Amino acid sequence: MLSPLATDGKTDVGARVIDVADLSLSFVTADGPVQALSGIDLAVERGEFISFIGPSGCGKTTLLRAIADLEAPTSGAIRVNGMSPHEARASRAYGYVFQAPALYPWRSVARNIALPLEIMGYPKADRDARVAKGLELVNLTGFGKKFPWQLSGGMQQRASIARALSFDPDLLLMDEPFGALDEIVRDKLNEQLLRLWDVTKKTVLFVTHSIPEAVFLSTRIVVMSPRPGRIHDVIACDFPRNRTLDIRETPEFLEVANRVRHGLREGHSYED
Amino acid sequence: MRHFAAALYDAGPRLKANFVRPRALRATFSREAGEGIGARMKNVLPVTIVVAALLVVWYVGALVMNTPLQRDFFANAGVTNYSAEDLAIADLNMERPKLPAPHQIVAELNKTVLETAPTSKRSLVYHGLITLQETLLGFAIGSALGIALAILIVNVKVLEKSLMPWVVASQTIPIIALAPMIVVILNQFDITGILPKAVIAAYLSFFPVTVGMVKGLRSPDPLQLDLMRTYCATRAQTFLKLRAPASAPFFFASMKIGVAAALVGAVVAEVTKSEDGGLGARLLAGSYYGQTVQIWAALLTAAALSATLVGLIGLADRIVSRRMGFAR
Amino acid sequence: MNARSAADLAPPALFGAGVLIVWEFVVRGFGVPFVILPAPSVIFLRLIHSIPILAADFVQTIQGVIAGYVIGCGAGVLVAILIDRSQFLQRGLLPLGNLVSALPIVGVAPIMVMWFGFDWQSKAAVVVVMTFFPMLVSAVAGLSSAGAMERDLMKTYGANYGQTLRQLRLPAALPFIFNALKINTTLAMIGAIVAEFFGTPTVGMGFRISTEVGRMSIDMVWATIVVAALTGSLFYGIVALIERRVTFWHASYRQRGA
Repeated sequence: MLSPLATDGKTDVGARVIDVADLSLSFVTADGPVQALSGIDLAVERGEFISFIGPSGCGKTTLLRAIADLEAPTSGAIRVNGMSPHEARASRAYGYVFQAPALYPWRSVARNIALPLEIMGYPKADRDARVAKGLELVNLTGFGKKFPWQLSGGMQQRASIARALSFDPDLLLMDEPFGALDEIVRDKLNEQLLRLWDVTKKTVLFVTHSIPEAVFLSTRIVVMSPRPGRIHDVIACDFPRNRTLDIRETPEFLEVANRVRHGLREGHSYED
Repeated sequence: MRHFAAALYDAGPRLKANFVRPRALRATFSREAGEGIGARMKNVLPVTIVVAALLVVWYVGALVMNTPLQRDFFANAGVTNYSAEDLAIADLNMERPKLPAPHQIVAELNKTVLETAPTSKRSLVYHGLITLQETLLGFAIGSALGIALAILIVNVKVLEKSLMPWVVASQTIPIIALAPMIVVILNQFDITGILPKAVIAAYLSFFPVTVGMVKGLRSPDPLQLDLMRTYCATRAQTFLKLRAPASAPFFFASMKIGVAAALVGAVVAEVTKSEDGGLGARLLAGSYYGQTVQIWAALLTAAALSATLVGLIGLADRIVSRRMGFAR
Repeated sequence: MNARSAADLAPPALFGAGVLIVWEFVVRGFGVPFVILPAPSVIFLRLIHSIPILAADFVQTIQGVIAGYVIGCGAGVLVAILIDRSQFLQRGLLPLGNLVSALPIVGVAPIMVMWFGFDWQSKAAVVVVMTFFPMLVSAVAGLSSAGAMERDLMKTYGANYGQTLRQLRLPAALPFIFNALKINTTLAMIGAIVAEFFGTPTVGMGFRISTEVGRMSIDMVWATIVVAALTGSLFYGIVALIERRVTFWHASYRQRGA
């Protein structure tokens, strides 16, 4: 199943982007502590596209947030580009795309994309150039002057991706970015994201609920199970980097999708 | 105005729980601003008719309330031979009626606003300007302090935990009761003139502005704050780029409440320190001497002043929120 | 839950105690003149020694507050329901209600004192006028707050106007009504106290404050203010407690966890 292009994507060997070792994380709630993550081990190399899939409460979002230094682990270690998550955040190592676009309603689309650049102190001319490039990258050229709420949901989410990419981080953390969109828009954005990933050679960590989405986008799929959140299986998914939506009809695709489905079923119990 | 207050310190957290976008927020925070021009036009006819109906009720009320008084007058004056029409006309033109008719108040306003020199102590312009000065000075002090304290509370955890509950609790107590005492205390320091009254106005506008601005500066949802964290933004950057602009609708709502509260403070302060004039002093003088027409005229002037100030802030609100894209 | 609320209460309690202690020491240490600021201990002693007077003031004022509050809020809700079916009346009355809410209504106090005399009835009248409009505006907003889907559901049951009102729209309006009820507790206290500045039989909190200020017995003024503050907070607290019981289902309480 290994295609030559897929191995091509892994030529940057030794460039480890993410290293998670024996990570556990529990939250304190009114009803006592809740174990969100337990014994997570994961290594991600440069240029990979990793999807996290699992039922609600399996800790996939928490894992992503811990890597982004938005949550503090209870035990275990995370390294991002060889640094601690905090150092990585301080060195602006990653761009984060949330479940909702989280665009600021009082800023135009262009100024939303410029927000991280302003904070990071990019000069005005550079900002403008990057905003223009970002708008083009997500096919929003001409919409820069609009306010976010004048855009459709899909366009808003594309703007938020442009915002995450504007300062050109090597790592992209995406938390169900297309979860709220309809299937047709989602397909289209998936294709665009894939092309973007192919062109920019970025590393992507991608949280999703959708099996086809995970299989279509990823180089590896991390199947997670709940209570406590842990990694149930890691499934390789080595389609060519320049794959198109058509591959979803192929037997290979369906086979991987089936493995993921099985993994989810094994890890999931309906007892509660 | 008070329903803004309601929205500010009560509906705020409730709305946040439901993740409300600025538009819905605006609709709750200021109904008038939430309504478009179209809705405004649609309201003109109903409002006119309701106002007309109120005027009719007012006249009927004046007739009903003043008739016994006027009958006594006639009886005392030995007038026995009067028709119902005579009685009605007399009812509506008494010198000290129980309820003055609207045209009497208009005449009084005309006399004291337009026909009397603004420098005269009989001029409502003279008294209105005193009240206006106190209100504006007090409002400026009160809202500046309120905003400053809100910024402090949002940024200093200890203050938020220890001071904020007291600020919120202050909303439940009638702080206006302090007014007479503040005047006396400031008198001890030889602070007289409009300043003591402005201090009371400031004091009244201070608390609602603080509460409103704390809500506003805290209004960004967790996702928006997380975004700033992923950028490793400094506190100052988070404040300038997120908290401050996000608080704009709350800012204007707070300013409206603040200015209305400042005016109430100024008027009540004038009641307790009436020798310097002002609309509150006119109210008190009118109530001493039973000059009902004068009371009503002063009351309406205060109302007009308050409505104008709130309206001006509303206008600024509309302009700014259109610029910022809050209003669609 | 209990441990948590205790932890929430500790910092403000400490802060309040700190303020009182600093106040006491500053007043005593720097010999601040009595007329400017009496020490908390002095105020407390005055309060203890004046309980009969303060109790009489409390009873006098609270009559006007409660009577006016009940009538004003009740009328506000009633009128909201009455004009609920008429778009026209709503459009005519709401802008006026909003406008009136922005006005210094306490100013009607001298008029009410003339109409209804010096006793508590005139204070109740001021409170009625002050509480009516906020309640009207809130209740109208509340009645129209039920969602389209819920209304459609009632339609599918063939529910009539009264049923929809009782089963859906009034419950949905409750959070709004309680908001106004809470705001109105403060307005009611303000209205009654300010109205007493304009004339009252020789009893009542507002009367006490204005006369004792005139006699420069500032400790008595402070004692009365303490009583007024406690009354206001208690009044608000009771309404908030009832709200919590009645609208426990609302998101603002739900989210705090079991």
